[in-house]
Formats: sequence, C-alpha cells, structure tokens
Amino acid sequence: MESQAFQKIYTKLTNITKATVTLRASEVGYDEIALVHGRMSQVVKLMGDEVTLQVFAGTEGIPTDAEVTFMGRPPQLKVSEGLGGRFFDAYGDPIDGGPEVEGEVRDIGSPSVNPVRRKQPSQLIATGIAGIDLNNSLVSGQKIPFFADPDQPYNQVMANVALRAKADKIILGGMGLTNDDYLYFKSVFENAGALDRIVSFVNTTENPPVERLLVPDMVLTAAEYFAVDHNENVLVLLTDMTLFADALSIVSNRMDQIPSKDSMPGSLYSDLARLYEKAVQFPEGGSITIVAVTTLSGGDITHAIPDNTGYITEGQLFLRRDTDVGKVIVDPFRSLSRLKQLVIGKQTREDHPQVMNAAIRLFADAANAKTKLENGFDLTDYDERTLDFAKAYSEKLLAIDVNLDIDTMLDIAWGLFREHFKKAEVGIKQEFTEQFWEK
Amino acid sequence: MERDKKTTGTVAGIVANLVIVKADGPVAQNEICFIKHRDERLMAEVIKVQGINTYLQVFESTRGVRIGSEVEFENYMLEVTLGPGILSRNYDGLQNDLDKMDGIFLKRGEYTDPLNRENKWKFKPLAKKGDKVVAGSWLGEVEENIISHKIMVPFKMEGNYEVKSIAEAGEYTVDETVAVVVDGEGEEHSLTMVQKWPVKLPIRSYIDKPRPFKLLETGVRCIDTLNPITEGGTGFIPGAFGTGKTVLQHAISKQAEADVVIIAACGERANEVVEVFTEFPELDDPRTGKKLIERTTIIANTSNMPVAAREASVYTAMTIAEYYRSMGLRVLLMADSTSRWAQALREMSNRLEELPGPDAFPMDLSAVISNFYSRAGFVYLPNDKTGSITFIGTVSPAGGNLKEPVTENTRKVARCFYGLSQDRADSKRYPAVDAIESYSKYLEYPEVQKNLKENVGEGWLDSVLKAKDILLRGKEVMEQINILGDDGVPIEFHDMFWKSELIDFVILQQDAFDKVDASSSMERQKYMLSSVLEVADSQFEFKGFEDVSDFYKEVINIYKQMNYSDYESDKFTKNESELKSLLEKRMKPSVSESNV
Ligand SMILES: Nc1ncnc2c1ncn2[C@@H]1O[C@H](COP(=O)(O)OP(=O)(O)OP(=O)(O)O)[C@@H](O)[C@H]1O
Ligand SMILES: [Mg+2]
Repeated sequence: MESQAFQKIYTKLTNITKATVTLRASEVGYDEIALVHGRMSQVVKLMGDEVTLQVFAGTEGIPTDAEVTFMGRPPQLKVSEGLGGRFFDAYGDPIDGGPEVEGEVRDIGSPSVNPVRRKQPSQLIATGIAGIDLNNSLVSGQKIPFFADPDQPYNQVMANVALRAKADKIILGGMGLTNDDYLYFKSVFENAGALDRIVSFVNTTENPPVERLLVPDMVLTAAEYFAVDHNENVLVLLTDMTLFADALSIVSNRMDQIPSKDSMPGSLYSDLARLYEKAVQFPEGGSITIVAVTTLSGGDITHAIPDNTGYITEGQLFLRRDTDVGKVIVDPFRSLSRLKQLVIGKQTREDHPQVMNAAIRLFADAANAKTKLENGFDLTDYDERTLDFAKAYSEKLLAIDVNLDIDTMLDIAWGLFREHFKKAEVGIKQEFTEQFWEK
Repeated sequence: MERDKKTTGTVAGIVANLVIVKADGPVAQNEICFIKHRDERLMAEVIKVQGINTYLQVFESTRGVRIGSEVEFENYMLEVTLGPGILSRNYDGLQNDLDKMDGIFLKRGEYTDPLNRENKWKFKPLAKKGDKVVAGSWLGEVEENIISHKIMVPFKMEGNYEVKSIAEAGEYTVDETVAVVVDGEGEEHSLTMVQKWPVKLPIRSYIDKPRPFKLLETGVRCIDTLNPITEGGTGFIPGAFGTGKTVLQHAISKQAEADVVIIAACGERANEVVEVFTEFPELDDPRTGKKLIERTTIIANTSNMPVAAREASVYTAMTIAEYYRSMGLRVLLMADSTSRWAQALREMSNRLEELPGPDAFPMDLSAVISNFYSRAGFVYLPNDKTGSITFIGTVSPAGGNLKEPVTENTRKVARCFYGLSQDRADSKRYPAVDAIESYSKYLEYPEVQKNLKENVGEGWLDSVLKAKDILLRGKEVMEQINILGDDGVPIEFHDMFWKSELIDFVILQQDAFDKVDASSSMERQKYMLSSVLEVADSQFEFKGFEDVSDFYKEVINIYKQMNYSDYESDKFTKNESELKSLLEKRMKPSVSESNV
C-alpha cells in the first residue's frame, strides 16, 4: 500500500474492541481509510477529536501504542483493461502472483446512477437452462440471486450461467468462498479459455470475515468501469451474500447498534440495496447484470437476509432436489424473474408467456395430486396425468443439467401438453393452440 | 421565525448520515441547513436538539466530511416549490428535477430547480379587482398539459385579502407578477405563479372534509367489483416480496379515473421507476386520449439513494397531491413502499439511540403513519368545488408476516385492505389479492352504498355480497374435500367448489400484462359478474365429480377468452354464444319446466 509524504503518525489508542480501535486525531474525514498496526481500517465514527476505526482484519494483537496513519481518502481501486484475467483480494491487491495493476484511481462505493439516465432492460440473456430461460428469463441489467441450501450446487450453476451468458466481462466477487470453490471457479474459467474476460475479487474462508465487506464494492467499481467507460456488458457474480450480511452484523453488533430481526442491523435493506442497485442498463449499450447467491439456513426464506434480498432483487431462483426424478431443478413455484415480461413473447416466440404459465399451473396441479396421494386418497384420471406430466417436465425441462435453445424448450412443452392433456385442460389462448398443438 | 442574523455552526460528530453540530444561535426543529465540505454543500434537516448539540440527518453521503466543517442554518423547513410545470416531471425525494442533473451519476450536493423558469404559460384570470380572497383562493388558471392549473393565493398567507389588480389574459413566466392583493393593514402583496410549502404540514385550503362516498374506478376487478375504493379514500396493499404490489399499483395508476397521478417510489427499485417513465409517455389515457405521462409526476427516492431523503419523498409527494387537490382535481397518490419509509425512520431513531418500540421501530410510528394517511381525503373547497386525494400505499412486511408494526399500524388507518397472498402468487393467480381476507370499509358506508346503487345498479351490492359468499363457501368445501377426499363428499360440494373457482378465474384473476384484460370498465365488470353469477345460480347435471371439474374448466376457458377480447367485439360475442350452448347442454331442466 502506498504511503504519503508528511503523514502524521499517531501512536496512542484509547479504546480497542474486537473490531474497532479509537484514538484522538484531527483533520480526519468520515469514511476515510487508515493503517492501524499495518492493517487496513476505515473511519466509522467521529466524535469531537475521537476517531473510531473499523479494523477489517480484526484487532487481535493490536497494542495501545500501535502506529496509525490516515490515508486521507476512501478505499480505492485502480481500474484499467489490465484488470482482465486477474485475481485480487478484498483490498484489490493481486493474489495471483502478478504485478500491481496500473490504471486510473477510483473511489469504491461511488454514487448512484441517476434513474433518468438508465434505460429499461430489454436484452434477453440465454443460459440454456430451461428452468431459467423458459420460466424465469434473465435480462441484462437485472439483479437476481439464487436462493439455495448450502449443500446445493449453486456455484456450478452460476459458473454455467456465466459462461453461456455471452458477457463481455465476468466479475466474480467471492465472499467466504471455500478454497475448493475458489479453485473450482478458477479451473472452470481457465478451461473455458475465458480467463482474460474474467476479473475476480476473492475473500476465502481463510481470510478475516470482516474484510469481505469490501468485496462487492471492489467488484462493482470494476464493473462500472467496464460498463460505463467501455460500454461493455458486464456480468457480476456475488457468492455468498449471506456471508457478506453476516459480516455486516458482526460489525454492527460490535458497535453496539440495536439489532433488528435475526440480529441483523436495521440498515440491512439499505446496505444490500446499495449494492444490488448497481445493476443497470445504460442507453449507450453498457450494462451490469448481477447474479448472486444467498444461502438459506434450513430453507427458511423468512430469515432477514433472504427476506430483505427478495425485496431488493428482481426475482430469485430457487434450487431444489426433485426426489421424483433424482435431479436438482429450478423450482418453478418460488422462482421468479421480475423482468421476464420485458422479453418473453417479444424477443422469444409469441406463445412463450402462455406456455410457461400453463406448464407451471399443471405442475401445481400435480403437486396437489401428490398431497392427495400422501393423504391416502384415490387419484382421478386427471391427477394421474398431471403426475406423469410433472415427472417428464421436471426431467426434460426443469433440471439444471439441460442445455437447450428457447424454441426447443417451447416445442418440448407443447409435446408434453399434447401427450398428457386435452386442450381445455391446458387453457392456452386459442390462436396459439391452433398454431402449435398439432405441430 | 424571524432572525436578525443567520445561525451557523460547526460539525462536532459524525456517524453515517447523523451529524452533530454546535450552533451559535437559535435553530428550529426540522429546519434545513447545509454542511460545507470543500466546494460541496450538503443538505440536512434538524431532527433533535439536546443542550448545545443539534442533531442533523444529512440527505447525502457524509463521506469525507470533517469535524469542524461549517454549517449554515436556513431558517426554513423542508419545502416544496409549487407552480405550473410539476406534471410529467421526474423528481427525487427532495423535489430536485432529475432530468436537469448533469452526468450519469448523481452528484452529491447538486440541487436542481423543480420548475422551468423560462417557459411561458397562458394565463387566464379567474378573480377580478375587489374580490375578497384567502389562502387557496383561485386567482387565475393556466393550461398545464391536460389540466387547468389554478394559480392560487399562497397557502402561507394567513387572513383576508382583497384583490387590487390581476394580470390580463396572456403569456407569463412563473415568476412574473400575476396579481396584487392587499391585506387588512393595507399592505400590498405581489403574487406570482410560484409558492412554497413545508412538506411536513398539511395544506388546509378546504372548508369541509366529508367521508368519501364516490366510487373511484380503477379498472381492476378485484378492487372495483369486490372491495371498491372511493375518491378520497385510503387503502393499503401488504404482501411479501414478489406477490405483486408494484404491478398492482402500476395497473391502478395507469387506469384509475384520476386527473393527476403522483407516484412516490420510496426506497424501491430504480428499474421500476424507469418502467414508468419509459412506458407512460407511450400509453394513452383512455379518458382523455392524451399520454399517461401528462397527468403523472414521479417522486423517486430509489433504494440506492440517500436514506434520509426517503422520509422526505413521501411528504413531498403528499404535498404536491394536496396542491393539485386544492385546484378541484381528483388526485391519486401511490407510495411504494411505505415500509421503506418506516425503516428509514428506524435507522435514524436507532442512531439517535432513542428507546425503541416493537421491532426496533420508533415509538411514535403509529402516530406518524396515521398523520400521513389523514392528509388524504375528499374535500369541499371554499368555492364549493370538490377535490380529492386517494392514497394507496404498499407495505412490505418482514418475512411476509402481517403481524408486524407497519402493517398493524397502517391497518388502523387505511380503510381498504388489499392483502396479497403468497399462495395465490405462487400459483400465479394474479393479482394475488386474497378476496376473502381483504376488505373495503367503504362498502359499509350508507353514502357509498347509495352511490353504487345509483351509478352501477340497484342490485349491484347484493351481487357483490353473493360473489363473496360463494368464494367463502368454495373455500370451506375445499377444506372438506381435502379432509374427506374427492369421493368422500357429495357431488354438490364439487359443484360449489368449482363455482367459486369460476369467480376466482373470471372475476378475480386479471392479466396485468394483456392489453385488453389489464383494464376492465365498470360496465364490463357489471356484465361479467352478472353473467358469472347466473352460471353460479344454475344447476347442472353431472355423472361424477371428475365430470364437474371437466365441465367448469371448459366454462372457465371460454370466459377467459372473453376476458382477453375487447368488450362486445365479434370475438367476445362468439365466445359468449359458444358458452351459452355449452351451458344449455348441461343445464338441469328448471323445476317449473319439469312440472309442466
Ligand atoms: N397482475 C399480474 N399479472 C401477471 N403477473 C403478475 C401480476 N402481478 C404480479 N405479477 C408477477 O409477479 C412479479 C412480482 O410482482 P411485483 O413486482 O409487483 O411484486 P412486489 O410485491 O412489488 O414485490 P417487492 O416487494 O419485492 O417489490 C411481477 O414481475 C410479475 O411477474
Ligand atoms: Mg414492488
């Protein structure tokens, strides 16, 4: 880290907690960073001449006479084309053994885009996964998380989505990533020959948890550079935002803030929204799309982290193991892409919205039939047919291992309708049934 | 508050957007001040004074601000600027015109004029020399898009005045004098088209505020038919994320019978605001044939904008609504989501280390919410004209659980409750309004009942109650069927269940993204309800319970095609006759006929 000339060095801490140190100092700006005993810290409170600093790596071993130097600036990242293909830690320092990146210095956590300078998202992102493309189509400029249990293959699905998405740049923000997953991403990207369009900021489980608070801002600063300065389509991957939120709660609890639901800070909504809202489509063509992961504990989506996330993002993708077919599927009930109506039936075939809805409705009927069966009731002929349909639908379309184009997905769906149902049971607009039923 | 000398101060403490200042003179609660930081001036509001410390909430990021920074107190509260040219604007929560800001990113400390000062407006006088006037009296009018925008005596002017002179019909900018009035002491006041008003105080330019009694058509069937809202009424839409609050609000703001629509995007997604200002300039207002944007103003404090301005945004929106109501207009105000506003209050209250109430919300949350809702309403103006603000807010309950402070406190004051059900949303039964749990208190008002009888139909209310009854019974028999099994109940149970499904699919469900189905006129709603109830009143012959569902599915399917067709179009009537023959085939001969 750079040092500046004529910096004043302080050497008298008055307070030390697990996450913060306090000292007397003057001429300090709010949010400014400092080095405390060589560790990166940030000003979180100014009261008279008392300055409280949050020490990202924790305060273990910091003595009261530790050296403190203020940097006179907020956390920054140097941006240039040189970021491509590189791996960094939460501070933006290289961890791949390569040289420092030269480039223009930008403050992280920059202001928001003026809403009137945005463009309405309108470009479909095809992933080949029908649970996404058919039922929950992604649009560039969207922000959407996977809601998944920790044992589900969300990182694999996300890597697939990223590679198929045809983005100009993919920026990975790893927070509390296990070393295995970190190596997994690295090898997948390398094998796909895509490394030069990928930038990674990684905080692994081996790094101090509070450091990961910097990761999303680093990632999004890089993303804005490529989307604004180069009009590129940038796909941002953030995994795992639950661990990011946990770090927020660690800090706020140590600073004695009154916690709200699930011991999360009362500002959780704003803290998360500030990041997710960086997703944007610019009129000049650049865009930032955010695909994130929010791991659930015990599938509970009413927990404050997934709950607040759901209120911020433009839908969510649920992964679930379908025991009937023995595969992980994108659950059509709880999954939702809010922006899909901007593209389906417009950039995709006209029958797309109706086919999507009909299939999900029939899948819901199957779920009801299953409940009946479990409660020991007889099934009707219709019930039986919905169950057969559901299995085929799950296997051929919902499973995360499919890779199809959208027309094929629609044709498969029509095929399943024809095989299991009468037209009235499917209930699709006449003009489409006329066109596609017999096809 | 007169002051001889401007109060100034210096920053003594900073925690996020809470700043503590030592002031050198008098300050007022809610007074606006500016913190100087390099060449920026950051706007802030006084929220508490304790001894020598003045606490500010800053409407901007405080990054880089230092102890000792200078603060200037402005001696006014947070105000909006009122005058012609507010419609079709995109404002932030503090009424800055977003289109006037340079660059892609919002710049801290940049404040823009809400009005256009160069534009000339065609002024027509309404008052004449010698007229006695008070605050809110109409002096003249200008054409603003499709509405007649009244130029009024500023609301701040207390007491009685006499018009000394009034400008001739002609073109004027908002800052030119259009009238001179004289007060009791003989002092003259020159008036322009512009005035200011502090957002936290209600504009009381009316003489009476009766209970709302007129139906406000929204085009949304599950509202108009089952739980109607009134001109000047209040309602709220609570629902877990993704259950359809915003889509429902947007649908209402596109279709409702209002003269002016104010949309306050309060701590929600920027893309949703973009949707409004991308689509509204393209969409026609069915009543005027003009574009929807012409009657719409957006107040956007999206979730990435400064939290402190979130609270301001709903008050800014309400004050603008009150301004237009004073012109004798029907204003529709939408706030999405009032929970974000409550959360902003909570963040601040926590930083102030106030004693928290339930779920760490401030203790006075209930009072804040009810004060706000009470600003809506139907009013009689001094000139006997009427105006209204219909207010609908969304609520985003944590975890989707309605037993939380914002929902509970809103329920106490809002008269219509449109609860969105997760189950209905999951099974894509949109709009996911739970027709059984939801209510409109207005249906119980005799004056509303009278209005419905006169304007919709003599038997309308009975039909509505009947439809609700069928929905309720359908739910009950479904529970029975679930316990006893399909063949464990008499076939009539299946018939009853499917009759309620019929109402659900044909009346309640409505595709907000279909050009035709999105909006349903009252006439069409009346026709469809009576048609569906006729089916519900009929007896059909069935071979078994599977036969029941097959039959009703077919019926529903035809009705849905009707919903997708223009009212009374060829397709509509063709479907209808198809339906008729389907029904006749099954109809049990009625008792009187079989007796013959
Ligand atoms: N009437 C409707 N017709 C068709 N689809 C709908 C309807 N209402 C809602 N939806 C679907 O549900 C999605 C979510 O709706 P909406 O954005 O209104 O939810 P919300 O309750 O505002 O959620 P949040 O609290 O997260 O803002 C929409 O994107 C759309 O796909
Ligand atoms: Mg919403």
